[in-house]
Amino acid sequence: MRKTIVATVNNTSGVMNRITGLFARRNFNIESITVGMTENPRVSRMTFVMNVDDQRGLDQVIKQLNKQVDVLKVRDLTDEAIVARELALIKVLSPPQQRGELTDLIQPFRASIIDVSRESITIQVTGDNDKVEALIDLVKPYGIKELARTGITAFKRDTKKGVIDSPKYSVIN
Amino acid sequence: MNTKVKEENGRELKVENQQMSGSSMLIQALAREKVDVIFGYPGGAILPTYDEIYRTGIRHILARHEQGAIHAAEGYARVSGKPGVCVVTSGPGATNVITGIADAMIDSLPLVVITGQVATSVIGTDAFQEADIIGVTMPITKHNFQVRNVNDLPNIIKESFHIATSGRPGPVLIDLPKDVSIAIGEFNYDEPLDLPGYQPTKIPNRLQIRKLAEAVAKAKKPVILTGAGILHAGGSEEVLEFAENQQIPVASTLLGLGAFPGDHEQFLGMGGMHGTYSANMALHEADLLINIGARFDDRLTGRLDAFAPYATIAHIDIDPAEIGKNVETHIPIVGDAKEAMRMLNEEAKTNCECGDWKETIKEWKAEYPLWYTEDDELLKPQRLIEMIYEETNGDAIITTDVGQHQMWSAQFYKFPKPNQWVTSGGLGTMGFGFPSAIGAQFAEPDKTVVAVVGDAGFQMTAQELSILQELNLPVKIIIVNNASLGMVRQWQQLFYEERYSNSLFPIQPDFVKLADAYNVKGWKIEDPAEMQDILKEALAYDGPVLLDCRVHKVENVYPMIAPGKGHHEMEGIKP
Ligand SMILES: Cc1ncc(C[n+]2csc(CCOP(=O)(O)OP(=O)(O)O)c2C)c(N)n1
Repeated sequence: MRKTIVATVNNTSGVMNRITGLFARRNFNIESITVGMTENPRVSRMTFVMNVDDQRGLDQVIKQLNKQVDVLKVRDLTDEAIVARELALIKVLSPPQQRGELTDLIQPFRASIIDVSRESITIQVTGDNDKVEALIDLVKPYGIKELARTGITAFKRDTKKGVIDSPKYSVIN
Repeated sequence: MNTKVKEENGRELKVENQQMSGSSMLIQALAREKVDVIFGYPGGAILPTYDEIYRTGIRHILARHEQGAIHAAEGYARVSGKPGVCVVTSGPGATNVITGIADAMIDSLPLVVITGQVATSVIGTDAFQEADIIGVTMPITKHNFQVRNVNDLPNIIKESFHIATSGRPGPVLIDLPKDVSIAIGEFNYDEPLDLPGYQPTKIPNRLQIRKLAEAVAKAKKPVILTGAGILHAGGSEEVLEFAENQQIPVASTLLGLGAFPGDHEQFLGMGGMHGTYSANMALHEADLLINIGARFDDRLTGRLDAFAPYATIAHIDIDPAEIGKNVETHIPIVGDAKEAMRMLNEEAKTNCECGDWKETIKEWKAEYPLWYTEDDELLKPQRLIEMIYEETNGDAIITTDVGQHQMWSAQFYKFPKPNQWVTSGGLGTMGFGFPSAIGAQFAEPDKTVVAVVGDAGFQMTAQELSILQELNLPVKIIIVNNASLGMVRQWQQLFYEERYSNSLFPIQPDFVKLADAYNVKGWKIEDPAEMQDILKEALAYDGPVLLDCRVHKVENVYPMIAPGKGHHEMEGIKP
């Protein structure tokens, strides 16, 4: 099961260490972790995407996180209405004659080209996991030289199910 | 505003809002936390604190190795219920207490460990005696702090004591850089605690308690499993009331011994790898298992998929992460064991009808008690423990090391009361037994404290004989001497076709002479006929003693559930 978990934590040195150490020790399988400050500078927000086998495994993750003195709150957002975004930088091989084609290809993703060299371009894309995956798949045949992804950061929506999320890949990206 | 309050002994107890050094704050704060003894060892980075110890006269016990100090702090905590305090220097001093910290973590003992650290300006430069003790102890402490600013120190100490002793207890480490301990700041110990991420649940949910009460009313084969959580919560009386009202049999974990009276007719003994037949069979056949404050450790459960296969599992634990960790739980109850049992006693009105079950259990107990073959020539280690039980009227505090003697102590000393039993359960730390007895003696100066140790484990921390010598501390050391790493030898015999790799001691030190070197009275006993008289004399002796008891060398601990087996697959039960 792929799960998205969000934790608010005290913004103290070593808190990241505590949490990654805990994951490593308990053998929890993490796909990505993002961390950054919140509106309150004393509090940071961490978003984990992880693979867990079953509900019991997930419960253990959440309980172990909650046990940390520096962890304020943990939520499993997997089945909630959320806004979830990540950013990816993709360096793709692109001889000058293919540039136009690539630009057209990425346009519906609202992706942008942020760097150009003689044989490659670097594309920046923001979106949820599916969107980023879809773009990566599309450009793969051209040859990906380098790929960097930030991992998901997520929010619970105030309104129920996303009005703004559809139509896919257009308005807010 | 300066407020000063004098304690009876004249020591200034409360010095508020006053400018002072970090080390001075530390000692003031320890007094505010009513710490009456510190176990430790000095060194460079912690010297400012030792200077304060010298000046204030706060009681400090100098161990001869930091491991001795921390195990003493653990023994003190286990028996007194108060946090054990240990102070050591940076680098090697700090790394020498790691075993004890890990031990306290896994056995939930409240400790506050203060380590010196190099000055903040050189942290991270591999300075002399620098070790990243925060990084090292992160996974083996309940929490740890590095003090970067002297003004944070009072709060950090206050939070440390709170975290160590509340919820599920555990060790907290404070890393104190030398410059911070010298720096001057304001001492204010009356700030309220601000720990929004730490709010342990003490009071359980009454609806869950009702669910358990209903399950009790319906059960035909209920069993209670008592764990150390009851001891931490001080809930023995409530458990006894419940068990007696409902007439439910009680099995215990290793660490839970004493939570329910060991001489009670409903008591089945310890369950698990070297548990009794009746405890293990009751756990196996039960239709309702009520776990009170135990963590379903693998030494207790045996093979998990064969554990309590017919039972509804109820689990009372103050640590929510323990519930469902190893065993799927049907009735989870998060909260303090005493509170939970008090509420359960209110809710459980109908008595369970389990007459047949009681009969079955009575038969198991009668048919398959703990047993050993007696011998006139050789001292049997089991008999030795029985004698200790008889000669101390079951009233002593028993500490043990790890190995066969530990299991025999758990089996044959029938702890009637809580907090008489000090042993390293989760980590299985050799070298724990003797120094923890020292700490236990400080917690209970007027009680008989017996350290039952193996000949090997004793040699891991024997240097603490110095403390006995120095303070004439009347700890009774009983070496169950089988001239081997007994438990290792047993496993090699059973599972490695008697290839005794590095487990036999053809040559041993003269333990009596060793005791003599520290001015501790020693006896060597080879003839079983002498044992009882010498034991009497040793226990009556006013001062420290050491008994080197030469026991049958190849005795094994039975019964036994081999690794990977279930409770119904015990070996070595009484024929
Ligand atoms: C620090 C440490 N090292 C190794 C072990 C593994 N171990 C468990 S029991 C044991 C033998 C202990 O021998 P002894 O102290 O003589 O006690 P006995 O089993 O003979 O009663 C050993 C080596 C351990 N538990 N702790």
